[in-house]
Amino acid sequence: MIEIKDLHKSYHMGSNTLHVLKGINFNVKEGELVSIMGSSGSGKSTLLNILGMLDEADTGDYTLDGFAIKNLNEKIAANYRNKFLGFIFQSFNLINYKSALDNVAMPLYYQGMKRKERVEKAAHYLEKVGLADWSHHLPNEMSGGQKQRVAIARALASEPKVLLADEPTGALDTKTSYEVMDLIQGINEEGKTILIVTHEPDIAQMTKRIVNLKDGLIINDTKVEQVRAISNV
Amino acid sequence: MFSKDRWDEILEALSANKFRTLLTAFGVFWGITILVLLLALTNGLRNGVTADFGNFATNSMFMWTQQTSISYKGLPKGRFFNYKLGDVEALKAEIPELKYVSPRLQLGGYSGDNNVTRGMKTGAFQVNGDYPEFIKQQPMDITSGRFISYSDIHAKRKTCVIGVDVVKGLYDKEEDPLGTYIKISGVNFMVVGTFKASNSQGDQEEDANTIFVPFTSFGQAFNSGDNVGWMAITGHDGKSITDLKPKIFEIIKARHKIHPDDNRAIGNFDLSEAFGRVNGLFSILGFVGYFVGALVLMSGIIGISNIMLIVVKERTKEIGVRRALGATPWTIKSQILQESLILTISSGMVGISFAAGVIWLMNYILDHSGPVDNFANPSVGMSVVFTALFILVVSGLLAGLIPANSATKMKPVDALRID
Repeated sequence: MIEIKDLHKSYHMGSNTLHVLKGINFNVKEGELVSIMGSSGSGKSTLLNILGMLDEADTGDYTLDGFAIKNLNEKIAANYRNKFLGFIFQSFNLINYKSALDNVAMPLYYQGMKRKERVEKAAHYLEKVGLADWSHHLPNEMSGGQKQRVAIARALASEPKVLLADEPTGALDTKTSYEVMDLIQGINEEGKTILIVTHEPDIAQMTKRIVNLKDGLIINDTKVEQVRAISNV
Repeated sequence: MFSKDRWDEILEALSANKFRTLLTAFGVFWGITILVLLLALTNGLRNGVTADFGNFATNSMFMWTQQTSISYKGLPKGRFFNYKLGDVEALKAEIPELKYVSPRLQLGGYSGDNNVTRGMKTGAFQVNGDYPEFIKQQPMDITSGRFISYSDIHAKRKTCVIGVDVVKGLYDKEEDPLGTYIKISGVNFMVVGTFKASNSQGDQEEDANTIFVPFTSFGQAFNSGDNVGWMAITGHDGKSITDLKPKIFEIIKARHKIHPDDNRAIGNFDLSEAFGRVNGLFSILGFVGYFVGALVLMSGIIGISNIMLIVVKERTKEIGVRRALGATPWTIKSQILQESLILTISSGMVGISFAAGVIWLMNYILDHSGPVDNFANPSVGMSVVFTALFILVVSGLLAGLIPANSATKMKPVDALRID
């Protein structure tokens, strides 16, 4: 599903150059649940951003489901993001003045889907994350866990090939974190490919494979015995 | 482009901060109000002043005689002279560009001695001996009967057409003046028509106190021979009377043995020149109105541009999220542009309506408290409204342009990082 070859990325800050990714080689097959770990500054977020086409690599190849991702203009990148990827952020990034339902329907709006279909589909995904009764509430009327569920529903709504989660439990307490992870595990079991960036070992243990990043290089890439989140709730 | 979803999106974004949206909109509202009001007031002034010209054909001049000021061909200076009917024919024959040359003889004045009687009633009125075409130079409303005609002229019939105040002065309320006789300086004239001055302002009283009789009858009745007291001369459309004036004077001077350089012998008033001066003044005033109004409007537009920049800045993260979810840069840009357009146009529309209300109120007050000197019927035409709308659309786009560009300048990854 994802193939990455010799990926380099550096940032220029004035006269200093910060080499963040120093040649990443990395493949993800369909249906995998991968966590990317590493201390801050290890380049894990940069990697995720490049995977998410929010940022561009300097050199190296990136293929997503057979499509070469290179030199995309913003319009095509936006299109690919919309079709192929679902994002889950640490700070949820819901739009405050839109109801849960409208938030979930947003990617569908950008797909050009008709309102009626959109609402039906969004309602379906809200139900899937267990928030059917909250569809007309605004984000600030919800708890953190609920907001992240709305965000997950939003990421799922466009039926992407890959879910990218950047510290999805970073702003949640342990119990809520595990509930969210349970939901993510469930989605993965249905066959969705999911990448999670995290620095929490217990969260990483709930995935099927852990990739460890240090100073812009993968130092460790192992399959792990998945811990069921539900057993810890 | 304008689907219902788009509308919902835009209205949601605009109503997310209602107070600020209102304040911003007020700038444009105020600008367009001032613009429209300025133009309306300019128009009011123009209407007021041009109403003083009445409906008079503006490409006209009036000519009367004065004393000569230079001795010429053995004739002394300080000499009085009279225009003759022959002058009228000569002018008509020699200058084909002239549309009308109307000679006139005058008697009395509305503020002078009583000169008209009917039974027991008397009055002091202006009596004009005129030709039928005079009504084309100074249009008036014939309220009953007719104006003097050429058959009156040829037959030297003693007929007359009287103004509304003459009717009031000489007749009882329910009396029909048509067919009755009035005595002008001892000579009986039959009333064949009544008239009302059409919407002139300043000279209304004088007009209403006027009696028109056929020129030839006047000459015969009051022994003025073929003398002409006064001429109203109108040029054909497109032939400026001001340009024809020297030629007219030349002919008159030659016919009356007046020195070619004697400019004081012929008294004249050039309506076209006066009208042109006033028109020029108001063209400039109109321009000033546009200019000042546009400047005020511009500060409103800068306000919108400013607030949109702030909105974009505040929503940087939201825009980042939207782009992560698949919004193309153009989607974002067009949304910002449309937000600013809608804000500008709707506040502008309210401004135009408000200004229209104020103008209506002004007219209402003017109608009820009577006319004011040099000010009448402040109004703007549809063309001004459309111009204002056009300015609004252009400025709405301009106001949104910079913010829209800055909204998508940032890479989505950087936009998402901002808190």
